[in-house]
Order: sequence, then structure tokens, then C-alpha cells
Amino acid sequence: MSHEIKSPIPGTFYRKPSPDDPPYKEVGDKVAKGDMVGLVEVMKTFHEIKADADGTIASFETENEEPVIAGQTLIVLA
Amino acid sequence: MPIGKLLIANRGEIAVRINRAARDLGIPTVQVHSAADREMLAVKLAGESVEIGPPLAAKSYLNIDRIIEAGRSTGADAVHPGYGFLAENAAFAEAVADAGMTFVGPDAATIRTMGDKALARRQAELAGVATVPGSDGVVGDISEAGKLASEIGFPVMIKAAAGGGGRGIRVARSGDEFPTLASQASTEALAAFGDGGIYIEKVIENARHVEVQILGDGTDSIHCWERECSIQRRRQKLWEEAPSTAIDEATRDRLCRSAVDLAVSVGYSGAGTVEYLFDDSSNSFYFIEMNTRIQVEHPVTEMVTGLDLVAEMIRIAGGSSLRHRQDDVRRNGHAIEVRLNAEDPLNGFMPCPGTVTDIASAGGLGVRFDHMLYRDYVVPPFYDSLLGKLIVHGETREAALTRLARSLEETRIEGVATTLPLFQLLLNDCDIRSNAVHTGWLEDWLGAQSNEVRKQGDTIA
Repeated sequence: MSHEIKSPIPGTFYRKPSPDDPPYKEVGDKVAKGDMVGLVEVMKTFHEIKADADGTIASFETENEEPVIAGQTLIVLA
Repeated sequence: MPIGKLLIANRGEIAVRINRAARDLGIPTVQVHSAADREMLAVKLAGESVEIGPPLAAKSYLNIDRIIEAGRSTGADAVHPGYGFLAENAAFAEAVADAGMTFVGPDAATIRTMGDKALARRQAELAGVATVPGSDGVVGDISEAGKLASEIGFPVMIKAAAGGGGRGIRVARSGDEFPTLASQASTEALAAFGDGGIYIEKVIENARHVEVQILGDGTDSIHCWERECSIQRRRQKLWEEAPSTAIDEATRDRLCRSAVDLAVSVGYSGAGTVEYLFDDSSNSFYFIEMNTRIQVEHPVTEMVTGLDLVAEMIRIAGGSSLRHRQDDVRRNGHAIEVRLNAEDPLNGFMPCPGTVTDIASAGGLGVRFDHMLYRDYVVPPFYDSLLGKLIVHGETREAALTRLARSLEETRIEGVATTLPLFQLLLNDCDIRSNAVHTGWLEDWLGAQSNEVRKQGDTIA
């Protein structure tokens, strides 16, 4: 069963805490519910995106620094 | 040489403002924009527009090469940076000049000096402008720092020299607690930044934020009086006034002269703002920083002086000398500006991008609404939340407050939540009505309101 982590808000998706840091997660990483997996910036405010299920990251459906709309899939968990 | 065509390197309400000022001077405009801003009002108003990149500001509004290229391809001979983005970026000012265009603002060297906290402080001291008393750089050891702190007077702030983001900051209220707090701050700074250096600065408690508008032509400078902007949330101004009712005429005179002295000392060119903390209890002001650009709240100064500051900065960039002598810049009445942000004050100031389904503007004598909105405009989520500014003018502060209440009632923005209801509540507050405020006042007030909510159920969070 795959699970999709979606953005609750529109904005810009970031996979890293800051441009110089490594990404929170890579494809193949195991995540537990509540783990930080990214940020969405809306009007200069940063919202933490946390895994809402346990699993392994199968793919990133949204790239780093790409715009997102509310409800858009960011990450697929296997 | 007067400017022939102006490129506007910004977005939102300030791009609209600059476009109007340029057009009023008979100067055609080029508006650059990101892929997310094709439908923005400033694009519709400009003679030409050029798309400079994707929504992400780092790849569009902060992309120096693309902006210079847009200037070249459209034959623009000047660039107005607005505020934010590249407005105080010395490398951008240089790139514009290197491309043979005129930067509407001071030269790169001035931007660099004033953009560096330590250099700006030194420049202010050289010009004889009072700065916040402090250690003037890193302190040697903690006992020496303690002696200095006693001389300055408690409370003092202990800050990490390599700091940022509030880490390593301590407030010591007495000489007894100073050594412990100073060594904690130093240890934390060492862990966070690899540098345990600390400096100390006097805490000006319950200070107001006041600032002086400057115009300079590279040789002479004049002031256009002060603004007070003490109503802030998270260091963002939300409500600004001119003049400040907290300052008497003699102090006002000293304050405004000090800003002119600083501007003259750097051969300032263009519009700028010298910012200060003002301490009611000692009637003293202390330099904080100079902003080398037009500011969001410039309209309150325009309303009391009758000047068009954006037009003046464009004229100066085009080679004109100051057109006003100091004595010609008169103050008349009182102006108040409130910022309408796409944030929901009833829900923790949550950002609220989306579609503006309807809009009604306030009007009439003494009312000005500078904004970026039209019906069905989609406010994108990628940028600052400022949608517009409602500015009112009255013969007295009391008249301006009454006019503000009326204008807020007439203003309707549907489809997105805005800060408008916050100002309606603030207008009923007796501290606001008597201007008994300081830079921490609004956050205290919001805290008190949200406690009230917990008791009652529903007002402002």
C-alpha cells in the first residue's frame, strides 16, 4: 500500500532546512509518523511538513524549490 | 541626464506606486515579473513587461542577470528597485551602473556602508549621531564586560558577535546576574557559531520606533520630518504615523537635524530613512540603522508634506538637484497608515493567499488606498503578504483616527482574510487613542487578547 504526503497549503516546497544543509530525506529512507520531511513556505512563513504515516520514501513528486498548490502530493511512501 | 525609460525591479503595491510616479513625470515604464505574477496590477499598468523567471524569488526578483538583460532588451536607462528584494544590494546597484543604466538610489559604496551594522554605527558616531550605548565591538573578558555594563546602566543585552536569529542573546538586569548570563551567552555562541565573542548593548525599555525621512542629491540633504512606527508584530510594522505625538518640537528639531547630518556625511543621494529608538523617560533618541531605499510607510510623510517622494527620487537619479529647501518642507496635520496584509488576525496571523472575489475601496477627502488588488486577482503564495496600505490624513490626530475608522468601514476585501479587522479593534483601544505605545506594545496586547479569548471563546487570537 502506498501513501501520499500532501501539502496542506500553497507555497514553495523545500526538501532542506536551509540551502546549505542536506535534504531531510532521500528516496529509500525509512520514515516514522511525525518525522520532518520538508518545508512549505507561504508568504515568508515556513510550515513544517511531517510524515503522516510510517513507511519508506518511494519518490518525491515535487522537487526542491518548486511551487505547490494546497493538496498537492509531495512525497509517496511505500 | 533625465531618465528616458524606467525599469521597475519589484512587484506588488510598490511596483504600482513607482509606475504611477514615473508616469506622472512622463517617463515610460518596463515592469519585470515572475511567472507567478503575469496578472499582477503593475504589469497591467506598465507600458511594457518582461518575464524574468519562475515563481521562486531567488530565480526571478533576485536574479540580477535577468533583470539587467530585461533592461537592455527594452532600452530602459534606469532601474528602480523598490523595497525588499535587491533594493539594498550593493552588487545589484553596481551591476546596473556597469550595464550603463542609472540605479534609482544611492551608490553601491553608500549601500555597503549603511548595510553593515558596525560600519553604519561608526558612521553615525562620526556624524555626531547618538547610538545605543554599548561595548562598540567584542568585549575582552567577562569582568571587563561587567564593569562596562555597570557604566552603561542595567538592563543590558548580551549578544553573540557572530550571532543571528536570537541565539546567544541574554538580558542582564543587575551586576549580580551579569557574570553568569555573560558566560552562558558566550558558551552558547561558541557552540552555535564556533565563536564565543560577545558584545553588550543597553536595553532601551519600552522604546518607540521613530524614523526620519531624508532626501539627498549627493551634495545636500534635507529631512521631511519623522514618522512613528511603534505598532509592530515580530518586528514587522503594521501601523505608522506622521508626525510622532511623543516628541516635542525641540527634540524633533534635534532628531531631524541628526538624520540630515548623517546623510550629508555620506554624500547621500536619493530617498532614505534614518531609524531610531526613542526613550520617552529620558527624551533621548538612539540611531539603529539607515535604510537606503524608499520605505513601505513613505505615504504618511507624503500626506503631511505634500511631496511625492518616489517622484523626487526618480528626479534625483536623473541628475536633478534637490528642488526644495529645508524651510519649504512644511508639515500639515496628521497622517496614519495601516497595512492590509493577507493574514488572518483571528487565526494567529496565518498567511492567506487566494482569489480576491470582491473589493470596495474607501474614498473621499484625506483618504488614500495604495494597493495591488482588483476583483478576481489571485494573490500568489510566494511573496510578502502586503496587499496594500490604507492611509488617512486629518487636521489633527483625533481627526485622522476618526477618518481611519470611517475608511476601514468602507473598505471591503472579499475572498482572502486580511489584517483589516485588527485595526478596527485597535481603534477602540485607549493606549492607541492616546499613543501610549512602544515597540512591544502590540505583542503584549495580542497576548492579552488571546488570554481573553480562552476565557470567552471568540475574538482575536
